[in-house]
Amino acid sequence: MRHLLNPLDFSVEETARLLDLATDIERNRDKYKDICKGKKIATLFYEPSTRTRLSFEAAMINLGGSALGFSSASSSSASKGESVSDTIRMVSCYADICAMRHPKEGAPTVASLKSRIPVVNAGDGGHQHPTQTLTDMMTIRSLKGRLDNLTIGFCGDLKFGRTVHSLIESLVRYPNVKFILISPPELRVPSYIREDVLEANNIPYKEVTSMEESLPELDILYMTRVQQERFFNEAEYLRLRDTYILDKAKMALANKDMLVLHPLPRVNEISVEVDDDPRAAYFKQVQYGVYVRMAIILTLLGLDKEVQ
Amino acid sequence: MLNVGSIKEGFVLDHIKAGKSMEIYHYLGLDKLDCQVAIIKNAKSNKMGHKDIIKIECPIDVINLDVLGYIDHNITVNIIHDSAIVDKQKLTLPKSMKNVLKCVNPRCITSIEQELDQIFILTDEKKKVYRCRYCEEKYNKL
Repeated sequence: MRHLLNPLDFSVEETARLLDLATDIERNRDKYKDICKGKKIATLFYEPSTRTRLSFEAAMINLGGSALGFSSASSSSASKGESVSDTIRMVSCYADICAMRHPKEGAPTVASLKSRIPVVNAGDGGHQHPTQTLTDMMTIRSLKGRLDNLTIGFCGDLKFGRTVHSLIESLVRYPNVKFILISPPELRVPSYIREDVLEANNIPYKEVTSMEESLPELDILYMTRVQQERFFNEAEYLRLRDTYILDKAKMALANKDMLVLHPLPRVNEISVEVDDDPRAAYFKQVQYGVYVRMAIILTLLGLDKEVQ
Repeated sequence: MLNVGSIKEGFVLDHIKAGKSMEIYHYLGLDKLDCQVAIIKNAKSNKMGHKDIIKIECPIDVINLDVLGYIDHNITVNIIHDSAIVDKQKLTLPKSMKNVLKCVNPRCITSIEQELDQIFILTDEKKKVYRCRYCEEKYNKL
């Protein structure tokens, strides 16, 4: 039995197969509409995340299956002190696959050790969010036609932004990818990303503080939100929140085919005036997210070959 | 010259960096074992100047010495049987360690589910990097 806990659980070849399947789902929705008939996904969300939970549930429903679960720890047995290990043993009796979001890092790994059904990490603290990473990769591949030969700028909270860490770790596996890391000094990427991922793989990168100077160089601009829930100190959060705001004037500095991605939700880091710009890809990303999660469900349930 | 009697069955851990013996005593959980332990601190050593030595009288399968490779691979492990050295164990970095190190990441699942085993995996042998099995946080050696 296979789980998805980290985006690197899939090799480059497996990732290509998964994204091919997601693309086929996008093009031939009807072909997949009953493939999971009678199957259930349990969405175990110990912290709220409307978009991710609905995306998983929509993915299973699109495949002909159904969904059950909870959307906050307070509405689950966790509020009575039940451990993740016990909860997953119980859920293994009710569902065929589960997606777990948990504020504590490593909780889905703990679940996978006791589970009798595939576990998908739907985000664990500041650690990993593999389905978001695969969604980001599908967005880039679908709209740019490639995952190699790209200059990608990450902007905002690069310290706590798990989507940034996961996407960098995934993209360094492709040839000729360069990174420009735009952040205030306090929110630079952690040292392990610099040393163990970028430098260890001889990947060209630079760390800068100016968004304007970097924009003309980019094929992709990946914006992030400064996440209040990752700060123990409110004053620090408020000080850093408004450092970078992407607006129409800044977009004028960018290439005409640069894409703007964002894992959403945004607060104020992308002005709404950018939404109508054809380069704004963050809402398309949401749609790709459903196709990717459909492909993940099929792959982990071993149903991916049934329609090939 | 200080004399400590020889042991019949167990281990003699030699060439411990001076001052490190109490740390090893705790890492090995010797405080929890009902056996004779002799700790010799600051013994004279031609090779090291000063060194610590630990003698443990116990069955040889009682203690997992893997952790020593993590603490200091220069320690010499002499295995004693019938009062004689029968083997000298070469220390290597353990691939994983269970309930030896503790994850200090306040966001780790082990911070709230304390019945979980504390497992650390060797992820970079060259740099001696261990990461938490769950949250993958790097363990910073004290």
